[in-house]
Order: sequence, then structure tokens, then C-alpha cells
Amino acid sequence: MKEEHKKSIREISPIDVYKLLPRTNCAECGEANCMAFATKVVNGEAFIEGCPPVLTKNYEKDLLKLQELLAPPVRVIHFGTGNNQLKIGGKHVLYRHEFTYQNPPPIAIDISDDMENEQIAIRIKKVQDFSYTYIGRPLSLDALAVRSVTQNPYRYTEVIQHICELCNLPLILCSTDPNIIKAGLSACAERKPLIFAITKENWKEMGELVLDTGCPVVVSAPGDLSLLRTLVRTLQEWGIVDMVLDPGTFHSDQIGQTIHLFTALRKAAVKNFDSLSGYPILGTPISVWNGPELSDDLNHWQEAYLTSMLITRYADLLIMHSIEGWALLPQLIWRFGIYTDPRKPVSVDAGVRTFGNPDKTSPVLITSNYALTFFTVESDIKAAKIDCYLIVIDTGGLSVEAAVAGRYLTAAKIAESLKEWKADTLVSHKNLIIPGLAARLSGETEEETGWRVLVGPRDSSGIGQMIRECWPPADE
Amino acid sequence: EKFLMEPDVFPAQIREITLGATRAEGGTRGSTITVGGSTSIPFTHPQSPPPHPPVISLDVFDTRVPMPKALKNHLTEVIDDPAAWAKMNVEQFGADMVTVHLLSTDPLIQNKSPKEASKTVEEVLQAVDVPLIIGGCGDPKKDAETFTEIAAMAEGERLLLNSVTSDMADAKTLEPVCKAADTHGHCLLGFTGLDLNSAKELNRRIYQYFPPERLLMDLTTVALGYGLEYSFSIHERARMAALMGDPELQHPTISACTNAWSAREAWMDLGPAFGRNDLRGPLWETIGGITLLLAGVDLFLMMHPLAVSTLRDVAGKLMH
Ligand code: B12
Ligand code: SF4
Repeated sequence: MKEEHKKSIREISPIDVYKLLPRTNCAECGEANCMAFATKVVNGEAFIEGCPPVLTKNYEKDLLKLQELLAPPVRVIHFGTGNNQLKIGGKHVLYRHEFTYQNPPPIAIDISDDMENEQIAIRIKKVQDFSYTYIGRPLSLDALAVRSVTQNPYRYTEVIQHICELCNLPLILCSTDPNIIKAGLSACAERKPLIFAITKENWKEMGELVLDTGCPVVVSAPGDLSLLRTLVRTLQEWGIVDMVLDPGTFHSDQIGQTIHLFTALRKAAVKNFDSLSGYPILGTPISVWNGPELSDDLNHWQEAYLTSMLITRYADLLIMHSIEGWALLPQLIWRFGIYTDPRKPVSVDAGVRTFGNPDKTSPVLITSNYALTFFTVESDIKAAKIDCYLIVIDTGGLSVEAAVAGRYLTAAKIAESLKEWKADTLVSHKNLIIPGLAARLSGETEEETGWRVLVGPRDSSGIGQMIRECWPPADE
Repeated sequence: EKFLMEPDVFPAQIREITLGATRAEGGTRGSTITVGGSTSIPFTHPQSPPPHPPVISLDVFDTRVPMPKALKNHLTEVIDDPAAWAKMNVEQFGADMVTVHLLSTDPLIQNKSPKEASKTVEEVLQAVDVPLIIGGCGDPKKDAETFTEIAAMAEGERLLLNSVTSDMADAKTLEPVCKAADTHGHCLLGFTGLDLNSAKELNRRIYQYFPPERLLMDLTTVALGYGLEYSFSIHERARMAALMGDPELQHPTISACTNAWSAREAWMDLGPAFGRNDLRGPLWETIGGITLLLAGVDLFLMMHPLAVSTLRDVAGKLMH
């Protein structure tokens, strides 16, 4: 199954990319020269489209070569249109520490056509309104998966029309009956929905629909990767390019099989460069609801941990039934976390933030620019309703304690930041509140800055109490 | 188009370590627990399951510690009695092991003496017959004294002492602890903070006084939402390097998944949209545990009964 060996992203050197760039060092990309740009590209920090000259006619051939060189072994597939278009797949590696994972898996919530229109409207609103702000980023749901339960094409068209009137969310049309899919497409083909699914039984008729409309399609062969590859080969030869793979999401006693299938497919794609496996994978944790009749709570629970396992093990798109906040929140947070760049923490800009209406006598506090630290401190200060200045110091995105231990937060650094952000013009006093976990810097900081240091609590939730009890500080 | 996928073959394997000792082996435990022995990345191929099922150890504290309601609810009866608490962990929640956290020894809390701590451990040893993990207070000097005392008292029990650190090396207490643990036949857990170089360095120091064959590693577990991804990647890297032949990382690993509860999202009331706090918290602990299970962790320190039963259930199903 091993195919001719293409270079993996880890084996591509900046030189490989540099050789195909215009090499004029024109700096239009924002980098000092082509070599610097090439380095960013192989690190996944810039994309080839960021070099305007290479996109011109003169470099057509080089661009093609570059695209081929950098193409991920797992193809990128789009569905939906405009601002609501979703991008899935595009994976380069098996392990996160090898190269930042690309394109977090969208989560689609199901709607079935046996629901009343009103019920559907409520469910859509829930999906659209679902939002949680995590370290300053809104986390939300992404799409709808419309299931045909009635097996009635008229009802399916009706439901799709109803949905399209209510929202612009990208759609997945779920049925193995080509007549149903055809009915659905009649109402939404221009929105480029994802069709789910082509199978061994329906591939001819469904394939026609896919070719006619140009919509992407899920190829489904639960539990049978050989059949899956056969289907993909057939469809490839037929000219279908935008495919997503469904190896089957089994639950309960067969969870192990699910993890093995997903892992095997992804490994075949990125380690063996098997072009028949090189497509995004669809996970359907919603399948737990077809299991033995359990309580709703238990089904939500099972669906929740199965989803998190599939986020960890290679799903590029997920269909869920649960819209319980407690079940979804950990998924959205885990998806965010595992898709962050392992080489650099999520951070915020350094600088001065003001809370409430501070004046010349208000407290001045410092913190680190690690996003988790900053937003925790921010929410605690807001909750305490105090007027103050918070100076966010560039600690390379490290938390207070890690930054102190790693010497990214030092007395010298604090002094530098006070200067840079002109702390002496903000207030007329010279009292600085530092985090309790940076207590060991207090003596040195007083020497370096000439400010008096007040050591705050170890946890920012205590800031309110401290200010109420100790501010303004008594003169010594 | 046949799909063929052979299991990966690695040149090396994780050390296999037995915790606890039966009477015949010089201890008093009813049974022992074996961890490690992996020859591949877990759950990647049906033909290469881990040689031993993942192990779950439930916590017991010798002091009242601040705990979210969801964790305290079922503990009211036993919270001041480590022996009864341990018994409940085993009998009611099926703990494979019990961890006794001797926080009362903390010089900044109650500063209880090593003798008193040792007495608590003795009581727990009598109350349950599963292997024990002994947790210190984190102070490198005090922990060394406490562990040394307990090592001698529980001669031959193959306790797992949790943990030895580079702080101990700095405080010059690493050597005596390691030697005491070795002389009296116990196992050690080396703790480092998400950094493989530090882990390797600490291990090298420990090898000077203690056999690698009885050393486990804690690479740090961060809560979901607070950096679980750091822990996940560190464990994947460590396991891969170990299987590729790095002897300094070929130790079974443990995860304190109870750290999940340090995330505010695990216990805070987030309003009706994210309701069911009674389920959100345990799910937080469960997902942290399962994620690190997939990354290769061998032993889990847990607390919430629902998280415990789910992790055990999932692990069992992943094994075949
Ligand atoms: C995740 C983590 C990392 C991640 C980095 C994550 C990041 N972006 O910071 C990585 C793996 C990169 C890392 C690296 C290091 N780490 Co580290 N790391 C942690 C860990 C597990 C969590 C840190 C965290 O996210 N805390 C949460 C944030 C929100 O906390 P915080 O920034 O401190 O903010 C809180 C308070 O400080 C306070 N606060 C914040 N601002 C303000 C402001 C005011 C005015 C007040 C009053 C209060 C306040 O309130 C906040 C909320 O509670 C901790 C252990 C732990 N469980 O705490 C170790 C820990 C901090 N790391 C440690 C160490 C030693 C390091 C390293 C030096 C060594 C190493 N392990 O490689 C390096 C340093 C960096 C470097 N490369 O040199 C040690 C520090 C020991 C010490 N006290 O000296 C710790 C405690 C682990 C340990 N016990 O060994 N680390
Ligand atoms: S824009 Fe293109 S040609 Fe110009 S410096 Fe950047 S990489 Fe080189």
C-alpha cells in the first residue's frame, strides 16, 4: 500500500521552498527576504499565497510545484459557501508535536425531518446561540446535519427549505437514498452541502448526483477499510475529487474498533501516503443514540466522551446529537487546545489595560501575557468591580509561575515594562502590586524600579479583597 | 483495494513494574498490580494492546482540603478517617489502589511528624489489602523525612512513594530517600513539570541511588482548559522516545487526573446553558483521563466515582 514517497512536511527544508520562490527579496510578503518567508512556510506560520509575486503568471509553474510540494497528505475539503464555508482535513502528521494540527473539526448538530417545524426552529436557534468565551475566543457550533427519518422526499425538501429560511449554517444532507438526497439538493444545492453518504449499494445513482452538483460527499463503509478504499478508487476514476471518509463510529463495546479504524486510516494517509486514505475523516458520535435504550443522561455522557476521543484521534468533522452545554463545553475547549501551536502558548498583546475609571490614585498591577493568565485576571478584576491599571508584561506567553521560574519575568523585565508603558504618567504614586507567585522578585524589583512593591494574593480571585483591605497603602 | 496495516514494531519497551507485595513476597497485600511493559503506542492496532489494563488509584487525604461539592458529596462519613475512606474507595468504587495524601505533614499547614504520618499509613495498610501510593506534601525536606520513616515502617510492601523531585536533589534529600526506598523494597515516582529534559535529568540522578526497574514517572497533568494539550503532547513524545530506545524514559507513567478540578469550568456555576454541574465536573475528570489514556499513561489518580467507572469501562473496551 506504500506509494511513491512524497516528502512529508517535516522533511521539507526551507531551501526546498526557497528554490521555487521568485528569489527577488522584494519583501512584499512582509518578511525581510525570500529565505525568511520560506522558513515561515515550512513551519506552517505563513502560506504560499502570502507571496504576491509567485501568484502571477510568470511563476505559474513554480507555484504549481510549490503547491504540490506543500500539499497535505490529507486533502482539504470545503463545504458551505461564503462566510459560512467550512474547511476540513488538510492534516500533515500523526502526532501534534510533529507539526501544529490544522483545521479543527467542525461540529454539526443533527436535525431530523420528523421534527415539527417549530421544534426545528428552536433547535437551530440553540445551535446558533451556543457560545462560550474561553480565553477571549468565542467557541461555537458549526453546522447542521439534516437526517431523513420519514423517508419522504417531499418532507425532506420542505425541511431543508425551512432550515434555509432560518439560517446560513452549512448543511450535511444525511440519507443513503438518492431520491431523498436529490429532494434535499433541489432546495439547497447552491449552498454546497456535504452529502452523507455514498455506499456500496448506492454509489452509481449517488455518484451521478455528486457529479451533477459538484457537492462534496462522504464515502461510507463502516468497519471495512478495504471496501472504503475500493469505493474511493472507483469514485476517483469517475472524476469525483471532494470526498470525506466514514470508517464507521462504533460505540459501547466497540469503541476500540473505532479508535483503531480512525488511527489506521490516518496513518495510511500521512505515513504511507496512501492516496486512497488521504481524505478527511467523519466521526459520528451521534451513533450512541442508536444503542440500547439508555437514559438520556447516559447517552449524552457517552456521546460526550466518545466525541473527545475522536477529537484526539483524527476526526476532521463530527456529527453530534447532544446540545447540552455541559456535554459540549469540554469538546469545544479540547478542540481548541489540541489545535493550538505546541511551540508557542496562546498569548495576548502586552500593554496597559484599564478597568473601571481609574485616576491618579488608583492601583497599578502587573501580570503575564499568557492568554489564560490574562483572561483569568481580567475576569477577576471585573468581578471585583475595582478601578485600576493592569500592565500586561510580555513573558513570552508564559504563566506567572512558569515565567518566574524560566526567568522570562524578572525585576529587570518589570522595570523595562513600567518604562515602556509610562507607568509614572498613569498615577501619581509609586506602589506596584505584583502576583503572589512572583513574590520572590519583590526586593529586586524595588531596587530596579524605585517603586514600592506590594505582593498580591497567589490567586487573582483574591485581588478584590486585597484592594479593599490594603489600598491606598499606608505610608511607611 | 485491500487495506493492510501491520502493527508498528518498536525496538524498545517500557519497563514492567509490580506495585504492592503479597505475604509470600514479603508484604501484606491481598494482590499486586503490574503496570508498564508496553511495546507500542496504545490502542493503535488491535494486535498490540497494552500488556496490562490501565490502573486506577483513588485518593484519600489525611487532612480536610478545599474540594468542590461534587467531590465531597459522597465522602461526608469518611472525610476525617483515612482508613475508612480507603476502605470505601476499594469496596464501593473498586479502586485498584489507594493513594494516601499526607498533607498534614506540610510545615505550612499542620506540620505533623513523620511518625504520625506513618501511623496513618499503617492504619490504611490494615484497612485495605490493595497496593498503596503514598503522597507527600511537596516540601522536599519534609517529604524526605516522611518517606524515609514510612519506608522503614512498611518494609517489603512495595509502596509507591509519590514523589521524588529535582527540588529534593537541590535540597540534598534525594539520596537518602532513594536509598531508604531501595533498602526497604519500595517503588518511586519521579515528578517533573512538563519537560522531558528535566525528567531525564531527574531520572539519571535517581539511578545513582535507586534501580530504574522500580521507578515510575509523573510528567504533570494539567486540567482540560488549562493546558491539557501540554500534558498530552509530553506523554506522546515521552512514549515515542522511550519505544524508540531512550532508556531514561522507559518508565511507566501516571496521571493525576484529579487536577481536572482545578479548572474553574469543572465546578463553577456557569448558568443554565452549561448546567448540570453534577455532570460537567466528573466529565472534566473523565475526559482528561481518557485523553491521557490514549497518549499512553499507565496509572491514573482519580476521585469522582463516575469518572472512575467510565475510565475503567472505556479502558476495558479499548483493550480488545
Ligand atoms: C502549563 C505549565 C507550563 C507550560 C507553559 C504554559 C504557559 N503558557 O505558561 C510549559 C510546559 C511551557 C512550562 C514551562 C516551564 N515551566 Co511550567 N508549569 C505549567 C503549569 C502546569 C501550569 C501553569 C499555568 O498555566 N497556570 C495557570 C495560570 C493562569 O496561572 P498564573 O499565570 O500563575 O496566574 C494565576 C496567579 O499567578 C494569579 N495572578 C496572575 N496575575 C496576577 C496579577 C496579580 C496582581 C495578582 C495579585 C495575582 C495574579 O492569578 C492567576 C489565577 O490563579 C504549572 C504547574 C501548576 N499546576 O500550576 C507549571 C510550573 C509553573 N512550571 C514550572 C517550571 C519550573 C517551568 C520551567 C522553568 C521548567 C520546565 N518545566 O520546563 C519552564 C519555564 C519556561 C521555559 N521554557 O523556560 C514550575 C515552577 C516552579 C516554581 N515555583 O519555581 C511549575 C509550578 C511546575 C512545578 N511544580 O514544577 N510550564
Ligand atoms: S514576497 Fe515573495 S518574492 Fe518577495 S520577498 Fe517575499 S517570498 Fe520573496
